[in-house]
This record gives sequence, structure tokens and C-alpha cells, in this order.
Amino acid sequence: MANGETMEQGNEEAGVGEPLISVRDLVVGFGDRVILDHLSLDILRGEILGFVGTSGGGKSVLTRTILGLVPKRSGTVEVFGQDLDTLNEAQRSAVERRWGVLFQQGALFSSLTVKQNIQFPLRENLKLSQKLMDDIAYAKIEMVGLKCEAGEKLPSELSGGMIKRASLARALALDPEILFLDEPTSGLDPIGAGDFDELIRTLQQTLGLTVFMVTHDLDSLHTVCDRIAALADGKVIAQGPIETMMASTHPWLRAYFHGARARAVRSER
Amino acid sequence: MASASLLDISRSGDEVTAVGHGFWTSEHADVLEEAVASAARAHPRPSAARIDLADVERMDTFGALLLERLRRAWTQDGVEPRVVGLKRRYGVLLQEMSRTGHDPQPPARHREAMVERLGHNVVAIGRDSTALLNFVGATVAASLRMATRPRTFRFTSMVNQIDRVGLRAVPIIILITFLIGCILAQQGIFHFRRFGAEIYVVDMVGVLVLRELGVLIVSIMIAGRSGSAYTAELGSMRMREEVDALRVMGFDPVEILVIPRIYALIIALPLLTFIGSMSALIGGGLLAWLYGGIAPGVFMDRLKDAISIDHFLVGIIKAPFMAGVIGIVACMEGLRVGGSAESLGYHTTASVVKAIFLVIVMDGVFAMFFASIDM
Repeated sequence: MANGETMEQGNEEAGVGEPLISVRDLVVGFGDRVILDHLSLDILRGEILGFVGTSGGGKSVLTRTILGLVPKRSGTVEVFGQDLDTLNEAQRSAVERRWGVLFQQGALFSSLTVKQNIQFPLRENLKLSQKLMDDIAYAKIEMVGLKCEAGEKLPSELSGGMIKRASLARALALDPEILFLDEPTSGLDPIGAGDFDELIRTLQQTLGLTVFMVTHDLDSLHTVCDRIAALADGKVIAQGPIETMMASTHPWLRAYFHGARARAVRSER
Repeated sequence: MASASLLDISRSGDEVTAVGHGFWTSEHADVLEEAVASAARAHPRPSAARIDLADVERMDTFGALLLERLRRAWTQDGVEPRVVGLKRRYGVLLQEMSRTGHDPQPPARHREAMVERLGHNVVAIGRDSTALLNFVGATVAASLRMATRPRTFRFTSMVNQIDRVGLRAVPIIILITFLIGCILAQQGIFHFRRFGAEIYVVDMVGVLVLRELGVLIVSIMIAGRSGSAYTAELGSMRMREEVDALRVMGFDPVEILVIPRIYALIIALPLLTFIGSMSALIGGGLLAWLYGGIAPGVFMDRLKDAISIDHFLVGIIKAPFMAGVIGIVACMEGLRVGGSAESLGYHTTASVVKAIFLVIVMDGVFAMFFASIDM
């Protein structure tokens, strides 16, 4: 089996804390504008890493560069210990099967029902009976907290929160090891956002996931993130648990974590 | 590396023991599903059952779901199997799986049968016709309102639209109609030559281009080029709630967006038709000269005899009406776009198809009209 060797390293217990993705000296720019300037970041196995930064500061660009959607100028991106630039097509698609992505707008295929959306990666990658694919799809739908009826709905018939959940189910279709979330709680009301945070925490524990989460949501940062990395001026200026962030003296971080909204979040706790 | 068997079944006395091996993951799910099904089939109604998973190295949702399936199969037969040796980290996963799958799966989405679709389409045609009439009414009403206070007419906007749908369309219109003129002349000469009547090609090209082809080709081109652009522009404005923004500011979107576009087309299309007809005649004349040996002077003389001002007028009179149809259909479809991108695509296609259809229907009606007034 082609990916036998890659699977053996997927032993969660053995490798808690080892870097699953490591980005080194990454430079990304458009035209004469440099967005990411020699950025380095590790995503460790089994953690939920929150990634914060100014709007338009390159948070999504970093995610998209790791995923290979944006070309980089220099630097390396290693995923599961393999440098993505050195992989051939088959190895690359083997890597791609091991990550799941939740895009900001959901990116559900609009012509397919939710169930077909979830089954799409299954159908393309595995040879399964229709019955098993149906069972898996409905299990995932229930895992993300949707009702089974949602499976036969088209994306246009879903509410914003349901779209997020449905596309999370699709991201989880192949049981990825790492999950990329691009602003998962944006556009949700506070209750929905809180539920979604909890869902991500539960799924992370159930499936042993590693989660990379781009977010603006101070609540998410406080409640679910094990570690936070902050991006400013194209670099990671600080990383660590929330306490480290709060204690930082960097002016932007102070404004972010000690601003009026941050104080409001803290006083609730 | 897939182990020989993912699931071994043994029976000792009344107890059935299922021993799992290796990787219970998505890659092996098809094999495992078969093994689970045959295990449940081969040993129905055991009096005791045990599932030993100590040897399972890795399990994901797929494995857990199939394990749950085996457990449920035996539980349904009246025996709760004991699951032993499951690695601790998979406990939560199995629990999660045992929670799911109890709700009935909804029936597959209902697909429309042919008769049903036919019915829907008939109803849709009826609705479309009413909507079109409504929109024509709204446009006329807005025009009349503007006629009473001409200062509200958006002249700049209209000039801008004339530039876009008229001036910038000139090169492609010239090219296409030139080629059509060439093809027409070539076909005519090729077939007329057999009975020595090449010279009548001039009549054919002249009459056909001026009365019918010039305006038809140009209208179809503009429906595809500018009608679709109108629909897409207005549609994306609707998607981004720009149309609603206009409305809450107290403006009428028809006055601001639709009227300048339609009048721009009504002004541009006759001009384009004229340019297109001339270009087709030049193409026909050039080919008649090069291929049929009809010198330009002869061609011109013959053309003067063959056509009258009526032929020219028949073509040009039709042009503004075609423009009105194209503009109204395009703007109507644009304003009917819903919130989603696929609706934008759907309405853009519908706009072009309907506009071309109506252009050809109108042309037929005009043909009858002009025939009855001997023009």
C-alpha cells in the first residue's frame, strides 16, 4: 500500500508535541508588496493553534501558502515531515488527503447536496459501497451537530451556521489529521460561535485532530486555543498560551488583548 | 502491507469471538465492510459474542463505524457483544459513533419526473411572460415619468453605455458581418454559376443583407455580447445589495440602471446595423470580384438596380425594436438574480437565450408586416 509508511507515523500517543507542520523563513508577496517576511511557525501535533493578526495582515495568506494555493517567494513548508516542494504529484495528493480545510465562506459545492458534498472526497479517493458512504456521511453530519435531514439539502437552503457545520463535515470526510479553519466563527451569533468552539474542541479530542485556526474571536482564543501565534509586520511576533499573550508588552498585542472588547470578554469569566 | 485479514471469527462452544487486526482505517474500509457483513451473516444469533480489538493498531471513523455496525448486528439478535482490548484513545470515538446513526436517513431528494418537469416549465413560461410584460410596463412608466422632468434623465450614464455597447462593439461586428457577406457571395456564385446567373448574386447579397441578415446578425451578436453583460452587471449589483441600497435611498433602480442601458442600446443598435450591413456588402463585393470575377464597378451598378431605399429601411426600422427587446430582457433577468452565484449564471444564460429567441420571433412578425404593406 502506497501510504503504509505515512500511516505508521500517525501514532498520536507517541508524538504529542512534535511539529506536524513547520514553516521556515517563508516569504510571500504580491507585486512589490511583501506580505509575509521570513516567517517561521510550528504547528504541533494534537494542539489547537489560534492565529491572530490585523485584517489584511496575511493570516489567510499564510494558510493558503501552506495549502499551496498561493506561490511563495522563498522558504520551506514541511508538512508531516515532508518538504512540499520536493514531493511528486502522488506524494502530494497523499499529503492533501491528510488535511481538511474549512474555508471562510464554507466553499460547499453549490450544485451538490450536503451529503454529496461530504461523499465527494470519499468517492474520489476510496472504493466504498454506497451504503457505507451514506452511513459515513450521516455519521459525520451528526458528529458536527446537524440533523440528518440536512443531508439532502442544497447549500443554498442552509443558514450560515449550518453551512459552517456542513463544510466542517466535508473537511472531516477523510478523517484528516490536521484541520485548517479560516475564521470559523465569523458571521455566527455569539451562541452559535460558542457552540462551534465547543464542537471543534470535542472533535479534536474525539478524532485526535491538530487544528490550525485563523480567528478574530477573542472568546475562541480564550476557550479553545491551546496556543496562540500572533502575526504582525509579516512575522510571528509572539506565540504561546493565552497568558503569554496577555503578558506581552508588544503594543499591538496589548491593544488586541487589553482593548475594550478584550476587557469585556475577560470580565465575563 | 495490508494484513491478510482485518477480522478473524472463531467459535468456541456458544461464544463467537471476532478478533480485529491491523489498520481499521478508511483505506481498508471496503475490505472491512465485507468482513463485518460476512461475520454477521455467518454467525447469526450467537448466545455470546466478544470483539477483541487489542491487535487493531489504528482506527478512524470508518473503522469505528463498521465496528459499531457489527456490534449493532449482534445486539439486534439479542446478544450484547463485549468489546475488549480497545485502545483507550479510541474510546471517545466509539462512543461518538454509537450515538450516531439512530435517526432515520432522509429519503433521497425527489427528482422531477418528465411530466412534472414539463408542467413546471409550462408554468414558468407563463410566469416569465407576465414578468416580461410587467417589466415593459415599468420601463414605459419610468420613461414617461422622465419625459415630464427631463432633467432626471441620466445622460452621462447613457453615453457611457453607448460607448460600451456601441463603439467598442464595432470591430467585432465589422469582422463578423464581413465574413458573413463573403460566405453568402461565395455560396451564391458557386450555385448560380451552374446556370450562368452569377450576376444575380449581387441582388441576393444586397437584398438579404439589407433586409434580414444585417440586423439579425448584429442583434444576435449584441444579445450575446452586451445583453449578457447587462444581466451580469445588474445581477451582481443585486447580489451585493446595491440595488436595495439605491431603493432605500429613495431612487428607482429602473430609472437609474435600466433606462440608460435600454436607450443606449436603442441608439447603438441601428448604427451598428448600418455599419454591419455595409461591411457585409463590402465583403460580398470583394468576394464577387476575387472569386466570381464581377468587377467592383459592375457590382455597384447592379446593386443600384437591385435594391431600393425600402430594402434599407426595412432593416433599419427593425433595429431599435430588436434593441428594446434585448435591453428589456437583459435588464429584467439581471434584476431577477437572487443571492447566489449560480442564480447569476442561470439568469445570464436565460437572458441571452430569451433575447435571441425573441429577436427571431420579432423578425418573423416584421416579415409578415412588411409583406402586407408591400415594402
